[in-house]
Amino acid sequence: MITKMTVANIHVINQDSAYDFYVNKLGFKVVDDIPMGPDTRWLTVSPPEQPDLQLVLFPVTVSKMFPKEVAESLIELIKKGIFGCGVLTCNDIFATYEELRSKGVVFIKPPTTEFYGTEALFKDDSGNYFSLQAIKNFDNENHI
Amino acid sequence: MTSDQYPKVYLYQRIVQAKQFIDHRYAEKIDLDNISDEAHFSKFHFIRLFKSIYGKTPHQYLQFVRIEKARLLLKENDSVSNVCYLVGFDSVSTFSGLFTKMVGKTPSKFISESREKKFQVKENPLSFVPGCYAYMHGWSENSNFEEEKV
Repeated sequence: MITKMTVANIHVINQDSAYDFYVNKLGFKVVDDIPMGPDTRWLTVSPPEQPDLQLVLFPVTVSKMFPKEVAESLIELIKKGIFGCGVLTCNDIFATYEELRSKGVVFIKPPTTEFYGTEALFKDDSGNYFSLQAIKNFDNENHI
Repeated sequence: MTSDQYPKVYLYQRIVQAKQFIDHRYAEKIDLDNISDEAHFSKFHFIRLFKSIYGKTPHQYLQFVRIEKARLLLKENDSVSNVCYLVGFDSVSTFSGLFTKMVGKTPSKFISESREKKFQVKENPLSFVPGCYAYMHGWSENSNFEEEKV
């Protein structure tokens, strides 16, 4: 019986830049940061309150997994913003939106009321996009 | 609803600024009265708004940030007393007690576990990488971890 997802991939173009984005801007915690060669490392992070989920900041480099032409195509698609990586939740979407924006995070959709709640969309430093949703404050009357 | 329309955007911006003030100045003697003054709130109103957004009072959040920074410093093998003062505590016993309460282990235990992990990482880095990743990335068969970049 499957019980949990514990490791998932986010394909990134530059690990140093991804580290800065996910750790210093989003506030994720580093789980592992282990050198695996001159230009690559095993770099995993977790959302601040979800330590049992490791997100692998997986560099798109030429390897068994990514032959050269595949790597080049994948990088192009990432840069174009084709890939959505999932939904991140927060306590208060307006405060989170204001804070991330002040840190230079690029939003492609500001907090917007949808039938399922309030949602914003932002891109990471590579071009992957995420949905940001609030786990409370779905009704305006709950906002400050 | 867009960012320009959501309720009381200026309040959010002021509370976020106060939160970021704590994020950056946690090691200093932070007077929460001053923060609420700078945010143009009464102290009571400021604490209420802050807690409604972050689920913690400003003081609780400051303690949380200090302990999180302490975890990072202790991982780098700094001493407990040094870390205590670096993150803004005046008393090692207060720091140790709060650290134990929030992290679930004493600072000394945390240091020894971090050292052990560092040792294991150095001895066998691939033991931390799921085999499929190591194989597909070519790490498991290349001890030099040489890799071609695009």
